[in-house]
Amino acid sequence: MNPRRLPVGERFRRFRDRLGAAGTTGAPSGAAPGAASAPGDGPPTAPGATGGSVGGAPTAPGADARTASGGRDGEGRGRRRRGRGGEELAVPPAEFRSYYGRPILKPPVWTWEIAAYLFTGGLAAGSSLLAAGAQLTGRPALRRAGRLTALAGVTASGVLLVMDLGRPERFHHMLRVAKPTSPMSVGTWILTAYGPAAGLAAVAEVAPLLPERGPLGLARRMLPPLGRAAGLAAAGIAPALGTYTAVLLSDTAVPSWHGAYPDLPLVFAGSALASGAGMGLIAVPPTQAGPARRLAVAGAGLELVGAHRVQTRLGLVAEPYRIGRAGRLLRAGRALTVVGVAGALLGARSRVVSAFSGAALLAASVATRFGIFHAGVASARDPRYTVLPQRERLQRRADEQDR
Amino acid sequence: MVDPESRSGSPVAFDPATAAGWVDAPPRMGFFTDTSVCIGCKACEVACKEWNGVPSSGLDLLGMSYDNTGALTANSWRHVAFVEQPRPSGDDDSPGGGSAVASSSGAPVEFLGMPGAAPPGRTGSAHGRSDFRWLMMSDVCKHCTRAGCLDVCPTGALFRTEFGTVVVQEDICNGCGYCVSACPYGVIDRRAGDGRAWKCTLCYDRIGVGMTPACAQACPTESIQYGPLDELRDRAAARVATLHERGVPEARLYGHDPSDGVGGDGAFFLLLDEPEVYGLPPDPQVPTRDLPRMWRRAGVAALAMAAGAVVAFLGGRR
Ligand code: SF4
Ligand code: SF4
Repeated sequence: MNPRRLPVGERFRRFRDRLGAAGTTGAPSGAAPGAASAPGDGPPTAPGATGGSVGGAPTAPGADARTASGGRDGEGRGRRRRGRGGEELAVPPAEFRSYYGRPILKPPVWTWEIAAYLFTGGLAAGSSLLAAGAQLTGRPALRRAGRLTALAGVTASGVLLVMDLGRPERFHHMLRVAKPTSPMSVGTWILTAYGPAAGLAAVAEVAPLLPERGPLGLARRMLPPLGRAAGLAAAGIAPALGTYTAVLLSDTAVPSWHGAYPDLPLVFAGSALASGAGMGLIAVPPTQAGPARRLAVAGAGLELVGAHRVQTRLGLVAEPYRIGRAGRLLRAGRALTVVGVAGALLGARSRVVSAFSGAALLAASVATRFGIFHAGVASARDPRYTVLPQRERLQRRADEQDR
Repeated sequence: MVDPESRSGSPVAFDPATAAGWVDAPPRMGFFTDTSVCIGCKACEVACKEWNGVPSSGLDLLGMSYDNTGALTANSWRHVAFVEQPRPSGDDDSPGGGSAVASSSGAPVEFLGMPGAAPPGRTGSAHGRSDFRWLMMSDVCKHCTRAGCLDVCPTGALFRTEFGTVVVQEDICNGCGYCVSACPYGVIDRRAGDGRAWKCTLCYDRIGVGMTPACAQACPTESIQYGPLDELRDRAAARVATLHERGVPEARLYGHDPSDGVGGDGAFFLLLDEPEVYGLPPDPQVPTRDLPRMWRRAGVAALAMAAGAVVAFLGGRR
């Protein structure tokens, strides 16, 4: 049984209460308070969504009641959205039919660990690139910060990924196969290649702390060149690590994730760079943080462009990115990104301002990842995002055939 | 969105078992569920649980119809949907029925989806009597020709059998949950407490020894028919023609078409209304259909990421 399912009787009580609130005559349209069917959040069991039982041929005498009930749903949304200032009603509210308003898709069973992994994986990728750049241009402090962050990020990623499994002790079953049709399998192998490289690069940073003589002295001499090679290898894999997660989400039936496949990788790439840069801004003095500042600008640019496209170009399935918890998180992410970049550029002389900007960029990345995660979950929970786009597609195909 | 390859050409006889590497595969087996004769007895749900040892789902009164199963889940591999549709009474014979019940005062009253105590059709006054139809449908895993769950499974737990069906190996699955999000029908589900993914196996054990799956065996009206898919498709087409002849123009097949977004279903249906009324997606598509394009976009973004790093280090002094 779905753990998110409500306890016995709760659904029925809510249904009854809502009827009470709307007046038992079930007067259609505006007569019922908009609050009677609160769309968006929570399972839409409102009478307005029970198209399955209300539906019928539009020519039937009572058809207006169905239209009204569907319309009420749409109207409520429109009102809410307009009330929220500035955001356009991109898609006209449309009626649809469903099985008692129940979701068609299963919402992702993934929990916060996956959203958090999107962040930690991106952070590791961004940091490895920063570290490799620092290594090649002779900036030891930045290199050290990048390598250590990358190791921390990839370690956290591994833990989070295993935690999210239904059977964590079987995590190694991922290594049984290599399947190009499964982005998770591809990701497993990316992580398998990246993890040791990032780890070796980070371990090489301890070389100066080792004694000069004895077996550890050998390690002291061997580690720096090994670390350099490993650091470059990690940076070579980092772009794949930072962007495959977008494909991981898009290659699902979840409407808002799947629909966003053209632009999601851009958001994730930008977010990864910005978070890596944020860590750099925190870790090194402003005089050495020039590359991190520029990386923050580049990352923020990619992220903002990508997020804007995701939120505006997808039609109906962009809606979950704008409303509810996901909308709030994404707006927060955008604001924090702007603050972080502005702080990094304007506060280039102040250690404190730079560190704050770095923290803002990290927080922005977290907010963006969780926002995108929650938008997908919300889109799978509401059958309108499944039915309406598919209906549209069928209509388009029928029109094409007519022509 | 329209993929020319799979849409326009004539459907090719694609055998998923052969494509998955089986040599001399037996004919592809499947279900044809004819909802026009379903009586909603739920014998299929019970038989499936009994045979496959599926745990109970607990008592959960949903308060919406006689359906308290709600959906296909890890613990319900067959799900009988009950759609209650009021139709205007009298001589109105519009197909699909009306959508609201006229109250005695003549004002339209919204149908609330609640089963009443009296038999359907006997409520209301003589004049504004409600008429009513029940649509019942036993839902099940579709055993897609191009199965999203199977494509994305990173452990190889999901596999294609020699009968062309899709089965999870419980000793391999590590509960990553990817298949749950990848199924365009919302079928496969992770079991709470157990952590692994479960769904209909089309009784792989039974069909392997020539038996009929438990649900089809238990169905008293032959609403669930099991057999070689080709045969079932012919039978279904004949059934639709018969129903159309008898004045049921709303009868239609769902999932029978090998050129649809999932390459056709191994378990397909005869429906009496739009698919979404039964909780089925109107135009399902396997998510991996866009995968090459997704990797390409990710590649572009990866290059942008690398370029960003290069610019950051070459773009300034400090
Ligand atoms: S219906 Fe869903 S679970 Fe069944 S084979 Fe198709 S994708 Fe897999
Ligand atoms: S949950 Fe199990 S069956 Fe589903 S994709 Fe993961 S390993 Fe495969």
